[in-house]
Amino acid sequence: MELTSLSVAALQEKLRNREVSAPEVLRSLEARIAQVDPAIHGYLSRDFDAALKLAESADVSLPLGGVPIAIKDVINVSGEPCTAASRILQGYRSNYDATVIQKLKAAGAIPFGRCNLDEFAMGSSTENSAFGHTRNPWDTSRIPGGSSGGSAAVVAADEAFASLGSDTGGSIRQPASHCGCVGLKPTYGRVSRFGLIAFASSLDQIGPFTKTVRDSALLLNAISGRDPMDSTSLAEPVPDYTAQLGRDLKGVKLGMPREYFIEGIDPQVDAAVRAAIRHYESLGAEIVEISLPNTEHAVGVYYIIATAEASANLARFDGVRYGHRAEGAANLLDQYGRTREEGFGPEVKRRIILGTYVLSSGYYDAYYLRAQKVRTLIRRDFTSAFEKVDAIVAPTSPETAFKVGDRSDDPLKMYLADIFTIAANLAGICGLTLPCGLASVDGQMLPIGLQLLGKPFEEANLLRIADAYEQSTDWHRQRPPV
Amino acid sequence: MSAAFDVRYTAQLARLHLSEAEITKFQAQLSQVLAYVEKLEKVDVSGVEPTAHANAVFNVFREDAPRDWFTPEDALANAPRSANHLFIVPKVIE
Repeated sequence: MELTSLSVAALQEKLRNREVSAPEVLRSLEARIAQVDPAIHGYLSRDFDAALKLAESADVSLPLGGVPIAIKDVINVSGEPCTAASRILQGYRSNYDATVIQKLKAAGAIPFGRCNLDEFAMGSSTENSAFGHTRNPWDTSRIPGGSSGGSAAVVAADEAFASLGSDTGGSIRQPASHCGCVGLKPTYGRVSRFGLIAFASSLDQIGPFTKTVRDSALLLNAISGRDPMDSTSLAEPVPDYTAQLGRDLKGVKLGMPREYFIEGIDPQVDAAVRAAIRHYESLGAEIVEISLPNTEHAVGVYYIIATAEASANLARFDGVRYGHRAEGAANLLDQYGRTREEGFGPEVKRRIILGTYVLSSGYYDAYYLRAQKVRTLIRRDFTSAFEKVDAIVAPTSPETAFKVGDRSDDPLKMYLADIFTIAANLAGICGLTLPCGLASVDGQMLPIGLQLLGKPFEEANLLRIADAYEQSTDWHRQRPPV
Repeated sequence: MSAAFDVRYTAQLARLHLSEAEITKFQAQLSQVLAYVEKLEKVDVSGVEPTAHANAVFNVFREDAPRDWFTPEDALANAPRSANHLFIVPKVIE
């Protein structure tokens, strides 16, 4: 077995047994990236020498000692670029570490490589990157999902042992589903957002992409917890997320929301998810049909709230303190307008306009305030569902990965790709996707993701339920042909 | 409501210059998105409080204590133009 195809847990065992050294691991990874990334383009940049320095002094006894981890290019790592895949941040270099990076380093991990994404994390295909598309390792004519498409693709293609992404409306779960890896969106407030370039602050959350559920738990152990630099991070205790793994599912109640099994869903996805649910039944879980009646409103609510928050967050890109500045402006207003015209790509411009409009005088109540009220209804749906069940099982995406270029000029159709993932961000609950099947499309095999949604701060339970499925099936062992 | 939507005016509010081609294209695309989100008009929200945030957390304070942070050089390291520990911008006062 190739070294780079190992899980984090398996790699750690080899590191601790001195079968391999941290610099050797890094060199193997670099060789693998050089071999496959020209076809995938999951990385925007990487600093091998800086990573090698960390690897040479790695303490492999630490929880993630000597393990290289790829980082979505929207999380600040001191000394490295952080472009958000936008021209407006071309040339920017971070001079501080995000809290998650400080925590990864304290756990012995080595941040290595900057992953491609949709510009400012806005998109579902990674086609909105200003620096080229990322390709799906299962079929390079298809998108990897988005916005964390690079983070998903590099893990799937064994160009990374694990990675970090961010999830605002499904940006971890949807690409993980399309690339066949495990993707976890923690509860809002579980992981500090300090040092993450903000898209929609009430929805954004950082989380891991991994090859196994156990690895997901290991990374969550490292990055969770209250941070004085993020006032929305909560002081809930951080358990050992691996402690519950391996427990059986006797007495566990799983909810099957009827609104997630609707007409229009890809029949192969529907069949795979239903088979997974039957498998859960055979493992001792009780399946309960539930209803989340406000599901159909989630996409509408999301594209009001997320764009409103984005229009405010992206106001900081004005060409004054960092990033691109338009030359030869007549005055300050002209400088703002032209800097932003030159620096932002079309999707970011669309969302700034939409967000500005829904917040503008005369329309605020009709759009923004109403959306916030419907958000309350969506939260209530989950609160009452979780009175009956321990977790919810559903498809992660209604489809498998689509072709590059299929939707890039139809924003509304692109937005509907997130139909099953958005509600978790609006409600602030935790969600996870893991591989549950392969669809045969045009002679290629494409991964299907099973989504589990859990109560706030019950990631341990979610991981345990995911682990029970993974340990009794083989889907996570399927590798792309790359 | 979407009938009142004007990309040109909204872009001004957002301090964002757009080309004529972008204005035409975004007007059509975003009108379609607005027509979609206007389905929310049909939802009964009477008596429902708005949710601004997933966690009901209020007044998070921290000690107002000095600590190490950016030096002026750090803060200016990515500035497009700077001098004498200051950001340089176009003249705003005549």
